[in-house]
Amino acid sequence: MNLEFDRIMPSLPYILEGIPITLKVVAVAAVIGFVLGILLSILKISRIKPLNWIADFYTSIFRGTPLVLQLMLIYFGSPQILGIQIEAFEAAFLAFGLNSAAYISEIIRGGILAVDKGQREAALALGVPYSGMMLNIILPQAIKNILPSLVNELISLTKESAVVTIIGLGDIMRRSYIVGGETYKFFEPILFAGLIYYVMVMILTILGKVIERRMRRSD
Amino acid sequence: MIKIDELKKNYGKLEVLKGISTEIAQGEVLAIIGPSGSGKSTFLRCINMLETPTDGQIWFKDQLITEKKTNIMKVRQNVGMVFQHFHLFPHKTVLENLTYAPMKVKKLSKAEAVRQARELLTKVGLSDKESSYPNRLSGGQKQRVAIARALAMNPEVMLFDEPTSALDPEMVKEVLEVMKSLAHTGMTMLIVTHEMGFAKEVADRVLFLDEGLLVEESAPTEFFSNPKSQRAKDFLEKVL
Repeated sequence: MNLEFDRIMPSLPYILEGIPITLKVVAVAAVIGFVLGILLSILKISRIKPLNWIADFYTSIFRGTPLVLQLMLIYFGSPQILGIQIEAFEAAFLAFGLNSAAYISEIIRGGILAVDKGQREAALALGVPYSGMMLNIILPQAIKNILPSLVNELISLTKESAVVTIIGLGDIMRRSYIVGGETYKFFEPILFAGLIYYVMVMILTILGKVIERRMRRSD
Repeated sequence: MIKIDELKKNYGKLEVLKGISTEIAQGEVLAIIGPSGSGKSTFLRCINMLETPTDGQIWFKDQLITEKKTNIMKVRQNVGMVFQHFHLFPHKTVLENLTYAPMKVKKLSKAEAVRQARELLTKVGLSDKESSYPNRLSGGQKQRVAIARALAMNPEVMLFDEPTSALDPEMVKEVLEVMKSLAHTGMTMLIVTHEMGFAKEVADRVLFLDEGLLVEESAPTEFFSNPKSQRAKDFLEKVL
């Protein structure tokens, strides 16, 4: 076994510079996924059947095909459809955001259904309109209950973001791979990338626990 | 104030209400009693359209609320409701439970909503609980908060759906006391209840429902001492 971490030492800053790229993709995709996920979950619980179908169809597409495929389709396939090449960043935001929304919408749907239906009735009986009832009464309670699942989703998003390597975005994964190619040492830089992902996931885990504790103060 | 004409409600093939008609005057306190499954809760829930009637009409102050084009949210602002299981908002403090709807729906300023909420909490004897979360309260306290929450909208009618049925026996009284003092203010109240003593003492009129029909409707003294129908006699024999 010949591990030579000192060989890659000069390249560590280069790999670390991938962190903001990864974080940017994760953050934007998480926001898109969360907002779109809420909208989709509301369509799914609607009494209007066609709305259910639209949301279910959406979910089936994005859950039913590989994320890599969706990313490639958007990045490499879009010029054919749109006539323009979209930026790698935009493609990553879209692919991860749209994909994440499919999963998040299922999580939120479950969370909404788990809120006591008396809450809905209490809000309605007070004359609160549907939007206020959802935003102020139902969703806060639903999100409190599904927070562990949402943190889970954010963690997978963080790790899955490594897939952007294939469309040439200089994230942590791609940079460590490039360093491997330059030094003919792959084990060390990729292991280092693994360490960065692990630390990021640990930070998310801790943040999730802090938020959860704060939300549970009403118990 | 409220007029109900041939109100019917079906769940699929099951007929829960088979045509109920009555009128409720302003300031009247109505006790709605009957065996379980008689449709009394459904009847109450039709009045603020938490249940959509299958057939029949309901007028609230000359407005036909069973009509599709009626803005039911507007009507509900004037009809307070208290549930058997309280349904307080668990993620909001007691004070926030009381200020939420007035601020959201009636666009009251926060200061005004808080002032009014504190006044109501004093009335129901819970001014020291304003920053507690509902889970910290006893059943009786929760129900008193729920009554205050409904009153915060300044309703003209209050609906009570078995307000003491989920309470431990020693907490029933504190809730009934609050309701009694509310009745004395001249509030129009419809109360689905199993508390016969309370109905006898506070109600102006008793509606006895059985199997989806309004079987008997009379003053409490008359109803409890001299029920006309056999079904009411059988029922009273079991509960008294």
